Amino acid sequence: MNQTQTSTGPILTTDGIPLKVSLKKAERINKIRAFLLVLPLLAFILITFLVPIGDMLSRSVDDRQINTVFPKTFEVYQKWDRQGLPSEEVYKTMFFEVKNSEGYNIGKASTRMNYSKSGWKSLLKKSKRKFKKIEEGPYKEQMIAIDKKWGDIEYWKALGQMVDPTTMGYYLNAVDLKYDSNKEIVQQKENRRIYNKTWIKTFKVSLLVTLFCLLLGYPISYLLATLPMKYSNLLMICVLLPFWTSLLVRTVAWMVMLQQKGVLNNLLVMSNLLADENRFQLMYNQTAVVIVMTQILLPFMVLPLYSVMKTISPTYMRAALNLGASPIHAFYKIYMPNSVPGVSAGCLLVFIIAIGYYITPELVGGKDGQMVGNWIAYHLKTTLNWGLCASLGAILLAMMTVLYWAYNKIVGIENIKLG
Amino acid sequence: MALPTYATTGQKVGYYSFLTYCGLVFFFLIAPIFIILPLSFSASPFFEFTREFMNFEPEAWSLRWYRQMVGISSIGDTTVVTDKWMLGTRNSFFVGIVATLLATALGTVAALGLSRPHMPFKAVLMAILISPMIVPLIITAAGMFFFYSKIGLTHSYLGLILAHTALGTPFVVITVTATLTGFDTNLIRASQSLGADTIRTFFKIIMPLILPGVISGGLFAFITSFDEVVVVMFIGSVEQITIPKQMWAGLRQETSPVILCMATCLVALSIALLTTVEMLRRRSERLRGIKQR
Repeated sequence: MNQTQTSTGPILTTDGIPLKVSLKKAERINKIRAFLLVLPLLAFILITFLVPIGDMLSRSVDDRQINTVFPKTFEVYQKWDRQGLPSEEVYKTMFFEVKNSEGYNIGKASTRMNYSKSGWKSLLKKSKRKFKKIEEGPYKEQMIAIDKKWGDIEYWKALGQMVDPTTMGYYLNAVDLKYDSNKEIVQQKENRRIYNKTWIKTFKVSLLVTLFCLLLGYPISYLLATLPMKYSNLLMICVLLPFWTSLLVRTVAWMVMLQQKGVLNNLLVMSNLLADENRFQLMYNQTAVVIVMTQILLPFMVLPLYSVMKTISPTYMRAALNLGASPIHAFYKIYMPNSVPGVSAGCLLVFIIAIGYYITPELVGGKDGQMVGNWIAYHLKTTLNWGLCASLGAILLAMMTVLYWAYNKIVGIENIKLG
Repeated sequence: MALPTYATTGQKVGYYSFLTYCGLVFFFLIAPIFIILPLSFSASPFFEFTREFMNFEPEAWSLRWYRQMVGISSIGDTTVVTDKWMLGTRNSFFVGIVATLLATALGTVAALGLSRPHMPFKAVLMAILISPMIVPLIITAAGMFFFYSKIGLTHSYLGLILAHTALGTPFVVITVTATLTGFDTNLIRASQSLGADTIRTFFKIIMPLILPGVISGGLFAFITSFDEVVVVMFIGSVEQITIPKQMWAGLRQETSPVILCMATCLVALSIALLTTVEMLRRRSERLRGIKQR
């Protein structure tokens, strides 16, 4: 039929190009076209979302700021043997760099130096003021006369942590470790160990929330999946309405429920189960966070569970019962294994969302219910220790990435169902 | 699932306790949302059900907080106009609508590309495009705070709109790709063979079919922007008050019952949106010939 098929060479198209090449070309054009469609969004997400995240990550190791304030001091500092006090030369460069730089820069640098050893901030502030009076050297003695911290070798050693333009110090801080003055990694002081506790608490709360969501979500998903459509659609609204309602609104609603004069306490008092003076303290603790987050995240458990359970044919259960299994046995042996994909999807999704929660713990958690997200916000807004903020964020992000990857492997990211 | 007539007593007990348990869970899901509705009509300045209120005494019920919400409040005889809630509403709608339009346009086009059979690196691209939905908001907010302040986008509506667009696009991508699964590509070929160009094919053939998905994705993007408080808090200035930001401030500082009125309005809005999305989903299923059981 076709001319080219009679010859022994490769199959050719009508214009003489081998079919393989022609097909490849067409496919490449198609690929480029498809990619061009995705490109605008990809570029947009890259600029408005991924680059900012990258910027945050770079801040978690960035330590250049102080080097730009005291460049010469660090140059001569490198020559110091770290045995006795530094030489006059080091003191002299430090003196001039403190005296001649702007107060704003000194302030910023001293904040960073204070993370390494507390006391630097007040020392530099005082020195900046008093150095004006000193006209000529030798500087070492005069500086020590202004403040004896200048004669303390520990302060000079602490500077050594900041010589490199990058530091792991913030990451160490984020897990309750730090560099000592000899740049060895040691534990924080007892009263400053807060982050490991916070990490554990974050995991604990997220796991509890996931567990409760499963315990509450599994039965209702089963009910929704087995009821006739007209009833289940109606009940589904109960699941979807919270999903669509503002997070803040739901948290406010819970504050109304849980506070001292709130609905729950009032009900107990009105029914005389509880005396008016010993109302329960239901809010501002970890329990409140778990309760509220469970209610808020329950739809994220029910929706994937429901969509998997919907595909389990009711005939399986009937067959098992028919073959003599008790309902419980049949459920355990037949229904549960079939619903495992939904369980893993739901649990992973709830855990992923729970671990980075911020709003709800902030509002109902009190002091006891603070999670990692709250510490990130605290350092971002209040202490302005952006390095620590970024490193806490980076660790959290790394955990999320692992979980997200697992979710993608197990469930497939394109299978996320919304409503 | 109903109980057969031959069920034993034990099975009956089990079945009804299961139903009771489910009922309680549904109650747990729904009750907190509806508890705030009556309370927003209370005259009390605290978030509590007073005895007078429960006994339906007329003076305990009032619309004063609603009046304050729309900007009219009276201290003694003088009427004071406080505009922050209305300003917040205007801002929320402005930012939300612009961000939704951007997100819908970008997301729909990207979803069309992702659904093509020849898409290279599909899984990786999908993971990247969905990531704004997965990354915790506080991390997103921190990153945007650092970067946007570098390029001068903080304290501006533009920055806020861009941020909210980024947060909204995953929803559009997900819903539109879901609508596109099972899309009959022969329709496109038919249209093209009948002489329509790409643009005409898109608007006459593809668009009407995927419209339900596009609209529900858009609504998701809108509600995301409308609800969002963390990013607004960190990159917005005092000028960029939105409803959630105002509610947050209200909760942290003054705990005014106006919050409950606004919350009631938001619940009404979410009911409206939910109804719309459900109707669209059914229409889309009908269009694509997916039968309901």
